[in-house]
Amino acid sequence: MSSETGSATHGQMPLKKPGSAIAHRLVLTIGPILIALILGGLILLALGVDPIKYYGYVIQRGLLSPTGIQQTLTRMAPLLFLAAGLIVAFRAGVWNLGADGQFLLAAVIAAASAPYLADFMPSWLAVIIAFVLSTAVAVIWSLVPALLRAYQGVNEIITTLMMTFLGVSLANVLVKLVFLDPSTTVPQTRTLPVADRLPRLFDTTISSGLIFGLIAIVAVHLMMTRTAFGLKLRIVGANTRAAIHSGLSVPHLTVAVFALSAGLCGMAGAIDILGVQGNVRADWNPAYGLTVIPMVFLARFNGFASIAFVLLLSVLSIGGESAARRLGVPTVFTLLLVAIVLIVLAIAEYIDHRHNQAAKA
Amino acid sequence: MSDLFSDVFLGALFFGAVTAAIPLLLAGLGEQMSEKAGVLNIGIEGMMIAGAYAGFLGAYYSESLWLGFATGAFGGIVVASIMVLLCVRFGLNQIVIGIGLTLGFEGLTALLHHFQFSRTYPRLPAADVTVVPYLSDIPILGPALFKHHLVVYLAVLLVFVLAFVYRRMQLGLNLQAAGDKPAALDVAGVDVVRTRAFAVFTTGALAGLGGAYLANIGAGIFVPFITNGAGFLGIVLAMLARGRPFWVLCGALLFGVCLSLTTALQVAGINIPTDVIQMIPFLAVMAMLIMFGRKSSLPAALGIPYERGAR
Repeated sequence: MSSETGSATHGQMPLKKPGSAIAHRLVLTIGPILIALILGGLILLALGVDPIKYYGYVIQRGLLSPTGIQQTLTRMAPLLFLAAGLIVAFRAGVWNLGADGQFLLAAVIAAASAPYLADFMPSWLAVIIAFVLSTAVAVIWSLVPALLRAYQGVNEIITTLMMTFLGVSLANVLVKLVFLDPSTTVPQTRTLPVADRLPRLFDTTISSGLIFGLIAIVAVHLMMTRTAFGLKLRIVGANTRAAIHSGLSVPHLTVAVFALSAGLCGMAGAIDILGVQGNVRADWNPAYGLTVIPMVFLARFNGFASIAFVLLLSVLSIGGESAARRLGVPTVFTLLLVAIVLIVLAIAEYIDHRHNQAAKA
Repeated sequence: MSDLFSDVFLGALFFGAVTAAIPLLLAGLGEQMSEKAGVLNIGIEGMMIAGAYAGFLGAYYSESLWLGFATGAFGGIVVASIMVLLCVRFGLNQIVIGIGLTLGFEGLTALLHHFQFSRTYPRLPAADVTVVPYLSDIPILGPALFKHHLVVYLAVLLVFVLAFVYRRMQLGLNLQAAGDKPAALDVAGVDVVRTRAFAVFTTGALAGLGGAYLANIGAGIFVPFITNGAGFLGIVLAMLARGRPFWVLCGALLFGVCLSLTTALQVAGINIPTDVIQMIPFLAVMAMLIMFGRKSSLPAALGIPYERGAR
């Protein structure tokens, strides 16, 4: 706590050394996560589950065991794309809450087109075309909220939420009525053979989607922080009036943000299908979007920090899924844990903010 | 086709529509009050699911639906109190905390249900209905609209009460000011934090009540994630209604008819995937927005925490 000692000895704001600032951030991030894990442990204790055993099992299964870590890293791929898509939108002040609809529609399009295309072209080309196609569909899906926000000023929270409900229903309709695999009784799309899916990394079961996800989120981070285009988007997000005054075309930029954000969310769906799932079953909706939103908030819209938080989320969910089978704690506990982390971190941020203000005064 | 529009079919359709509309109505009215006062309440889904579980437990153990409604409203208020503390008092980001509360209480209720009932889903007895004399004798519509639990009529009555509060009472003006120009309200000597806290607590109570209705009367059972986006629908309704309680009622009924149409059609032997019909209300609303989309009149200070003296 550099500011504490600084204000005590000199009675003024301490000179921020970059190293101590990072250390301060780390304390402010890891401390609350530990507190949240303890609170989660208390809930487990109240339910009669040994928390040490539970967390030990989650870490063992999600991070330390060879199969576990491979599953965790594979799970990260779609989550990283979603995080990238959300960072673009949130930094530009666009509250895209429609990630799940964009994800699911793109997933269905990828699942429908890839096996079909693979029939008459090399599978690598089929996968690429399916990927582009599903990304395009997600972008088109975001066009209505984008245009309404850009040219009519209609609040995007409401429109993207509605487009999510619509998108989830439409995805189900497509799976049940249009892209139904006639050879199975279960309502699902045709399955992309494992050999045709995205290659795995080296001798592991990790999907190469992870690499693409990492590239996407780093690219987005650099775009937002190091390019003129990113600066324009951040100005729009920080102060729309200032952006108009400085001659930026806010409607165009808004549509561009929606397209980028939805495109990345769509890629998340495509990568999950083309890399891991292979098909979409009716009523399949992992609702990753809603759990990734807290992660990018926790990372303060920073791409690199988001990678760490997405890793944490993946470990908790993969480990939690194993623990559900072995220890009888349902997977929803992960959801609860994420929520507690989010709220405790927000409170820590508040206390730190107040503390800084008190130091200033 | 004559079969499709038989009296029985229409009766079931409208009865189901009202049953499906009431939770949405309560959530929408609650969200509307929060938004009026400048708090974007994304946590309403969490308030509903907490109300659904608390309401179900209350009704299950006390064997009284009214006690169930009371515990349901209380469950919503408990979630609301977290929101009041963090978002209204501390001024933390309303979207972050809202999503946190929604995820957290969806998880918590599912977890508690798992440890309490394991995989059994006990069912509540059917609710006793209050029959409105004379009106319920109207063919088709009578039994569909006027043979409901008393709480349904109270919810509809609430629409008019709230319309009166917003238009005619000091409280309504205070709420409006807290959302549009909180600094002005502060200067006028009214506590902004207290006004907003009142709004969020009311939202919690209404959303909790809506959740309890959904579980205890709509379904007669609690299953994890039972609200299934009803709270988010409430947000959509509140934003579309632009501050008018009556419009929330109209919107809730529109969604209610569409939700009920799926079950009614299946009873009539026509098998359309539920998803097709569930899309109708959203398509209608999106079409309306595209055709008549203009600057929606949201409160100016919506989502912005109030800090005295801040510039």
